[in-house]
Amino acid sequence: MTTTESRPTGRKPAQLVDMSWDPITRIIGNLGIYTKIDFANREVAECHSTSSLFRGYSVFMKGKDPRDAGFITSRICGICGDNHTTCSNYAQQMAYGIKPPPMAEHITNLGEAAEYMFDHTIFQDNLVFVDFCEAMVKATNPTLLARAERTDAPRGEIHGFRTIADIMKAFNPFEGEVYKEALRVSRVTREMFCLMEGRHVHPSTLYPGGVGTMPQPSVFTDYLSRLMHIIDFIKKAVAMNDDVFDFFYEALPGYEEVGRRRILLGCWGAWQDPAVVDYRYASMNEWGKAMYVTPGVIVDGKLVTNNLIDINLNMRIMLGSSYYDDWVNEQPFVTHDPLGNPVDMRHPWNQTTVPVPQKREFDGNYSWVMSPRWYHQETDKHLALDTGGGPLARLWSTALNGLVDTRYVKAVDGKVRIQLPKGESLPETTLEWSIPKWSNTLERDRARPYFVAYAAAMALQFLEESMELVRAGETKVFQDFEVPDEAIGCGFHEAVRGVLSHHLVIKDKKIANYHPYPPTPWNASPRDIYGTPGPYEDAVQGQPIFEENGPDDFKGVDIMRTVRSFDPCLPCGVHMYMGKGKTLDVVHSPTYGASHG
Amino acid sequence: MTTESHTTAARERIGRSEEHEGMDEITILWISEGMSCDGDTVSLTAAMQPSIEDVVLGLIPGLPKVNLVNKVLSPSLGGEDFLAPYRAAARGELDTPFILVIEGSVPNQDIIEGDGFWTSFGNDPATGQPQTINWWIDQLAPKAWAVVAAGTCATYGGIHGMAGNPTGSMGLGDYLGWDYKSTAGLPIVNVPGCPIQPENFMETLVWVLQHAAGDAPPPPLDHMLRPQWLFGKTVHEGCDRGSYYEQGDFGLDYNSPKCLVKTGCWGPVVNCNVPKRGWMAGIGGCPNVGGICIGCTMPGFPDAFMPFMDEPPGGALSSLVIKPYGAVVRRLRGVTNEMVNHEPKWRHRKSKLTSGYDPYWRP
Repeated sequence: MTTTESRPTGRKPAQLVDMSWDPITRIIGNLGIYTKIDFANREVAECHSTSSLFRGYSVFMKGKDPRDAGFITSRICGICGDNHTTCSNYAQQMAYGIKPPPMAEHITNLGEAAEYMFDHTIFQDNLVFVDFCEAMVKATNPTLLARAERTDAPRGEIHGFRTIADIMKAFNPFEGEVYKEALRVSRVTREMFCLMEGRHVHPSTLYPGGVGTMPQPSVFTDYLSRLMHIIDFIKKAVAMNDDVFDFFYEALPGYEEVGRRRILLGCWGAWQDPAVVDYRYASMNEWGKAMYVTPGVIVDGKLVTNNLIDINLNMRIMLGSSYYDDWVNEQPFVTHDPLGNPVDMRHPWNQTTVPVPQKREFDGNYSWVMSPRWYHQETDKHLALDTGGGPLARLWSTALNGLVDTRYVKAVDGKVRIQLPKGESLPETTLEWSIPKWSNTLERDRARPYFVAYAAAMALQFLEESMELVRAGETKVFQDFEVPDEAIGCGFHEAVRGVLSHHLVIKDKKIANYHPYPPTPWNASPRDIYGTPGPYEDAVQGQPIFEENGPDDFKGVDIMRTVRSFDPCLPCGVHMYMGKGKTLDVVHSPTYGASHG
Repeated sequence: MTTESHTTAARERIGRSEEHEGMDEITILWISEGMSCDGDTVSLTAAMQPSIEDVVLGLIPGLPKVNLVNKVLSPSLGGEDFLAPYRAAARGELDTPFILVIEGSVPNQDIIEGDGFWTSFGNDPATGQPQTINWWIDQLAPKAWAVVAAGTCATYGGIHGMAGNPTGSMGLGDYLGWDYKSTAGLPIVNVPGCPIQPENFMETLVWVLQHAAGDAPPPPLDHMLRPQWLFGKTVHEGCDRGSYYEQGDFGLDYNSPKCLVKTGCWGPVVNCNVPKRGWMAGIGGCPNVGGICIGCTMPGFPDAFMPFMDEPPGGALSSLVIKPYGAVVRRLRGVTNEMVNHEPKWRHRKSKLTSGYDPYWRP
């Protein structure tokens, strides 16, 4: 049933042990991972991913004033609420037939750039890297740590650490030098965000039609000066991550199989080019391709489409293992798109969300998440696309498309080149991300610091263009509009961890239907009606286990690395499931509790 | 890695007299599995005055030793190991007093017919099925030394308690009863905000901890159980665009740096200090930086303030009569403030859903 082809065999009789992680800490929302692990063959035999939280945005938005949609949908996510507001405003601008002034696009782009820098940094350095830190490696792969202590870090002259183990030590939670520095950087980048969008998490200055942020020169100066103080941290992060991930491949042959899936990546594009975008559906293909991260669906390494109209029309929301009634017998809201193309009943424009609370049964319904799929017409298959945690798909799509050609970021020959200026201690630096051989755990994680660099480089361009507008006196930030009696709209954007779309139907000037599809439903979806597992399930299922511990003291670090590589939402903390209730003293920090009971 | 030194520092309790009646150690059991986005926890990590690390690592003088257990922040273990202190507390066997922090609103489990749940926190060991948030609150609230509601969802229901919601969500006050008292005799301490302003929450938490240490009286709360010093004034009273209002000079769209009342700002009647304090490190905010106040700290949020982008009712009149400024305006604002300081009637624990939810709604 898995989407990814099975791995080679030569097998012993299975020795299966149930292992579960629920609740998973260090994420937003309620995620549980339930596995069967075959300790004889040292691989994961089965995986189910479940979410036990229903909130109902697509339900209680109905009947509301459409202009309120961005304010409400921000509250979907407590870490990337701004991505939702932005996406909602894109959808509304299509429905209202308006285009914000260029300055508003720059301010929105700068806010989103700060968000990417903030969220990826706190997630990678304060969460993901905890799975690779000295304390964790010592507890799970002690021989690997011994080797790391003997291995010089190839990029030591950039990041300043002599050995691989020194980097791992710097990532020890709450004490490591980089861990602490990353927390500081995550606060500075949030200040940059607040300069553009007022408040973090739920922005206050974004509106359909533009922003309310006053484009005074000092706003941009305050942003730029903060950016320049973190630019070397970004260069170092890329070098450190490269060193550690390269070391894993070299020291643990076969580690590329951990979290490897068939290449099925989706990216909906980020950052509008104010000179091209007009938010009309009919021209969405043109302005979509002009975005500063290029949209794309990638199947087995090939670009299937970069046309947002195709991407839109082939979205399908499937049931199969979710706690909802089907809606196929309801009246459709939208039978045809504005170009006359038919719209499927399983498309978000036509979805009706009817929650049906029920028991959790892994051979029946087991999640509040539905199963978004992308219909691939060529093969007549509903593909369980993933986002690669966001950056992997964004870089992959941008590199394959080769369309981005800006002052600091260029996509050429399957590569993305990012140029960062001189910082406090490091010179001007050009980073180059190349399309990797695999869509796997290490590459998802590796892409993340590169995308922080990408966001910083784009921010520099947006700052320069903003100041050009300020100096030219073009400081309008908002375009007024009327809400039409009837309209439809869709917004495509990238939340930090990947694809984000909002679909809106207006009737009688009210919201008749509204369906946001953030990345986590794509990544965390359960098995659909065809039995196709969701990406977490597919990536974990069949992956080899490299952890040196046996079933009695198994920690599941390889599985957690895979799940976290998709960025299942939130920063901070160190947690692992410990087999048989054993505690792992090196990870356990007494001042943070957990010594009770 | 070791954190022994931090533990020791926290235990030395510098700056406190030997004779006190407070406690030496306290646990914070934080549950973010209510109907929430975890935005309050994320917001909390932005706080610097003080930061959560400052409190937990013992940098703030006079506090008890604090054990923080929070899904997002705690480096404790996952699954059952993560749940261990919660389970111990539910059995009444936790070895320290605890503060229960709830993030997210409380769905109405009683409107579900048969099995099923809206949101859960771990599994019921007996059945293997998800353990509801309601069960945890029912177990923990009677045993808590104090209960703190973090964010507008937990205080008053917030977004998830909006009209037309299918979950019957409500705030802790409606769930536990507004006369609820913790074992320390404290009412629920409400810190509203969507999300919490980082420093507002940390400052309140520190006050509660100082009270636990025996060094401070309980924090002074208003009739909606908010800290008075944080929510006693309106947005308008701290807004740097307020002078435009007093001059009768209003922005007519969002391009304007002037007063935003005519474009939807509820600042004159909303209890919140954000324009004065900024969002973090004094930066950002709402009307002061170009965002209309949508009343996100208020019991009536969001319904009483929607549609957000229209001039608030009463705003036209109060802004018209701004020239003979004084008692009239203050009285009008008082009336509106009273109106938005109440929750909608559909937030309750009855077994019937009355939010107006209609799954098949078509215009």
